[in-house]
Amino acid sequence: MSELLSWWAVAPWQTGQGGYFWALLMGFLVTASCGLVGNYLLVRRLSLMGDTISHSILPGLVLAFLWTGRRTSWVMFVGAVIAALVTVFLVDLIQKGSRIKQDAAMSVVFTVLFALGVLLVSIFAHQVDLDQDCVLYGEIAFVPLETLISVGGVSIGPPSVVRMGIVFLFTLVSVVLFNKELLLSSFDPGLSTSSGYSAQKIHLGLMAMVAIIVVSAFESVGAILVVAMLIFPGATASLITDRLNYIHVLTIIQSALSTLGGMYLALWLDTSIAASMVVVSMCLFALVWFFNPSYGLISTLVNRGVSKDKTLETE
Amino acid sequence: MSRQLTPLFTKLSSSVCAQYFAHVPSPTRTKVSERGSIFLITILCCFSSCASAAQAGSLAHHSFWETLMRFFSLQDTALQTALWGVLLLGISCGVLGSFILVRKLSLMGDALSHAVLPGVAAGFLWTYEKNPLIILLGALLTGLLGSAAVGWLTQRTKIKTDAAIGMVLSGFYAVGICLMTYIQKLPTGNKSGLDHFLFGQVAALSTQDIWLMGSVTIGVLVGVFICYRAFLILSFDMAFGKSLGLPMKALHYTMMLLLAFAVVVGLQAVGVVLVSAMLIIPAATAYLLTDQMKVLLPLAAFIGIVTAFIGAFLSFVGDGLPTGPLMVLSAGFVFATVFCFSPKHGWLTRVIRHYLWRRQVARENALKGVYQLMEAEQFKIEGIALDDLALRRHLPIPIVKKHVRMLFKLDLVTIDKVTEKIYLTPEGWHIACSVVRKHRLWELYLTQECHMASDAVHEDAEEIEHMIGEDTVRALEKRLKFPNKDPHGRLIPSIQDMWQSSSYKVTGADEERSKDE
Repeated sequence: MSELLSWWAVAPWQTGQGGYFWALLMGFLVTASCGLVGNYLLVRRLSLMGDTISHSILPGLVLAFLWTGRRTSWVMFVGAVIAALVTVFLVDLIQKGSRIKQDAAMSVVFTVLFALGVLLVSIFAHQVDLDQDCVLYGEIAFVPLETLISVGGVSIGPPSVVRMGIVFLFTLVSVVLFNKELLLSSFDPGLSTSSGYSAQKIHLGLMAMVAIIVVSAFESVGAILVVAMLIFPGATASLITDRLNYIHVLTIIQSALSTLGGMYLALWLDTSIAASMVVVSMCLFALVWFFNPSYGLISTLVNRGVSKDKTLETE
Repeated sequence: MSRQLTPLFTKLSSSVCAQYFAHVPSPTRTKVSERGSIFLITILCCFSSCASAAQAGSLAHHSFWETLMRFFSLQDTALQTALWGVLLLGISCGVLGSFILVRKLSLMGDALSHAVLPGVAAGFLWTYEKNPLIILLGALLTGLLGSAAVGWLTQRTKIKTDAAIGMVLSGFYAVGICLMTYIQKLPTGNKSGLDHFLFGQVAALSTQDIWLMGSVTIGVLVGVFICYRAFLILSFDMAFGKSLGLPMKALHYTMMLLLAFAVVVGLQAVGVVLVSAMLIIPAATAYLLTDQMKVLLPLAAFIGIVTAFIGAFLSFVGDGLPTGPLMVLSAGFVFATVFCFSPKHGWLTRVIRHYLWRRQVARENALKGVYQLMEAEQFKIEGIALDDLALRRHLPIPIVKKHVRMLFKLDLVTIDKVTEKIYLTPEGWHIACSVVRKHRLWELYLTQECHMASDAVHEDAEEIEHMIGEDTVRALEKRLKFPNKDPHGRLIPSIQDMWQSSSYKVTGADEERSKDE
C-alpha cells in the first residue's frame, strides 16, 4: 500500500532535475494574482476584456523588447500598459464611431494586435527572447534554471519569481486597500461617481492593473492561458459563495490547489505545466459544479426530483 | 520594396481620394481631399514597409520580382493548391461570420475556434498520423462540445455569458496544449506538422486537404442556403421564430455546427488562434458597407477571399512566415480603411459630414444675423458693422470675423475696405431670406397647426431652419395659406423678395399669393 502511494504520489516529483519549489511558487503567484483581479472582471462582466488585453499586449511587449533588448525591465511594463490602454481606446473608438457592437469591436482589435505581435515575434525571432511557443503556452519549467538573485548576501530566489512576488503583493495590497472603491464602482458606477470615486478612472486603473499582472504572467503562461487564470478561480468560488470577500479567499485556495495539481499532472504526462494547471482548474470547477450543495448540478437535480415527488403527493 | 512601392501607392491613393471626394458638394473639397489622402498614404506607407519587413529574410535567394512573377503566373502547383485553400477559407468564414456578427456572438466564434484544438490533437493521437478526415471529425466534435458547454454554463449555473465563453476558450485550449506538448515529445511528434494548426501555413496544404476543405465549404453553403430564412429569424427576431413554432435551439446548434465547419476550413490556413479573426473581420468590414443581409453574405465572403489572398501572397513572398498573422493583418488593414472611408458608416466620412454641416449652420446663422440687423432698420441701411453683428449673435468678435471671412470667400458678402461694413451680395441675400423664411414659416406652423404657445416655438425653428428643403417650405406655405406675417408680427420673406437683386427689401408680396387671393 505504502509502495503504491509512493509510486503514485512521490515518484513523479523525483523525475527531472528537481527544484520544483520555485516553479510551484511561481505558478501559485501567477494564478493567485490573476484570480484576485479576475474576480472584479467577473463581477463587472468584463472577463473577455481580460482576454482582449492579454492578446493585445503582445506587440507592446515585443516592441519594448526590441527597444531595450532586455527581458527584465520596466520598459516592458510600460509597453504592455500602453498597449492595453490603446486597446481600450480602439475598442471604444470602433464601438462609438461605427455601428459595430462591443463584442465584434473587441474581437477585431485584439486579433489584429495579436497577429501583429506574432508576426513581429517571427520576424525578429533571433533578436527577441520570445518564441511562438512561449506566446502560446509560456514556460514555467525554466524558472528553476535561473540564477538566484541575492540581497545583502542572502539569496531570495529566481528573478522572475521575485518580480511576480512583488506583483502579487501589489495586487493583494491594492485589493485590500481599494476593496470598497472597486466593489462600489463594480456594482453601482453611478453611486460611486457621485460619492467621489470616478467609475471611469477606477475602470482604467483596473485595466492597467490587469495589464501589469498579465504581462508579468506572460512568460510563464502565455497569452491565452492567462484568461483561464483570470476567470476560473473566481468562477469556481462564485458557485460556492455570493460574498466577494469569501470569493477572494477561495480564489487563493483554488490557486494553490490548481498549481499543485497542475504540476503533478504535468510531471506525470510530461506536458506543459501552465496548460496542466488550467486543466486542473477546469476539473476543480467541474467538481464544484457537480457536487456543491447549494447550486450544484446533482443537488439541483435531486431537489427537482424531490419537488416533483411532493407535487405528485399533494395531487 | 517600400521604396519601389511607396510612390505607386501615393499616386494610387491620391487618385482614389480625389475620386472619392469628387462628389462632396462643397467648396472645401480640395482641402479635405488633401487631408484624406495624407491619412491614406500614411496607412499605405506603414503597410508597405510592414510588407517589406515581412519579406526581408527571403531576399537572399530570390529577387523580389522573380517571386512576384512566380506568384502571379500561377504555374506552381503548390501555389494553386494554396490559392484554392484561400478561396474556400474566404467563402466559408465570410458567410458564417456574417451570421455570428449580426447575432452578437463574435466571441463565441473565438471560443469555438479555440475549442477545436483538443479535437485536432486527439484526432492525431487516434491514428498517429496527420489524417485530415479524422482530424476534421475530432475538431468538429470538440468544437460542438465547446459551444454546448457555453450553453450549459449559462443556463445551468449563474455564470454569465462572457465568463462562460472565456472559460470554454481557455479551458479547451489548455487541454489542447497539453495534448500538443505531449505529441511533440513523441518520437514522431516533430514531423507531425501539427504546428501548422496553431498559426497556419498555406504552403503546407495538400491536395487531399483541399478536397476536404472544398466539400466542407459546399456543405456550409448548402446548409446556409437551406436554412437561410430560418437563420434570419434566429438572428433578428427569436421571439417571432418561437411563436412560429420553429425549433430555435436546434437551429442555433445547426448554426454552431456550420460554424465549426467554417473554423475547420480555416484551420490549416490561418491557425486555431486567429481563425476567429477571419470570421469576424471580413464580416465586420462588410457590415460597414451594407445594410442588407443578402448583400452582406457575398460581400463578406469577397472581402474574406481578398484579404486571405493578400495574406497568402505576403506569406509566399516572405518565405515561411506564418500565414495566419499576415492574413489577419491585411484583414485589419482593409477594415481600418473601410472604417474610415465607408460612404455610409465610415468614421472619417461622418466626421467630414459633421464638419460640413457645422459650417453650413454657421454660414446660415451669420447671414440670418445680417438680415435681422437690416430688418431692425427697416431695410433702410445696407452696410452692417461687424460689432453690431457680434452683439446681435452673442458671439465674440474674433469668431464673427472668421464667419464673415468665410462668407466673403464664398461671395456671399462684400466688405467695404474703408468702413469695414458688410454688404450682402444677391446670393447672400437669397440664402439669408430663405433661412428666415423657413424659420418664420415653421414658427407659424407650430402655433397655428400644432397650437403651441408663440413664445415656445423659437428654439425648434432655430434647429429646423437648416434642415428643411425648398419643396417642404413651399408645401408649408401653401398649407398656411400664404401668410405674410409670423406669430411675432414680423414679415415673412416671400419668393419674390428672395430674388431681388438691386435694393433689398421685404414686402411680403408674392405673385402666387395674389393669384390665390
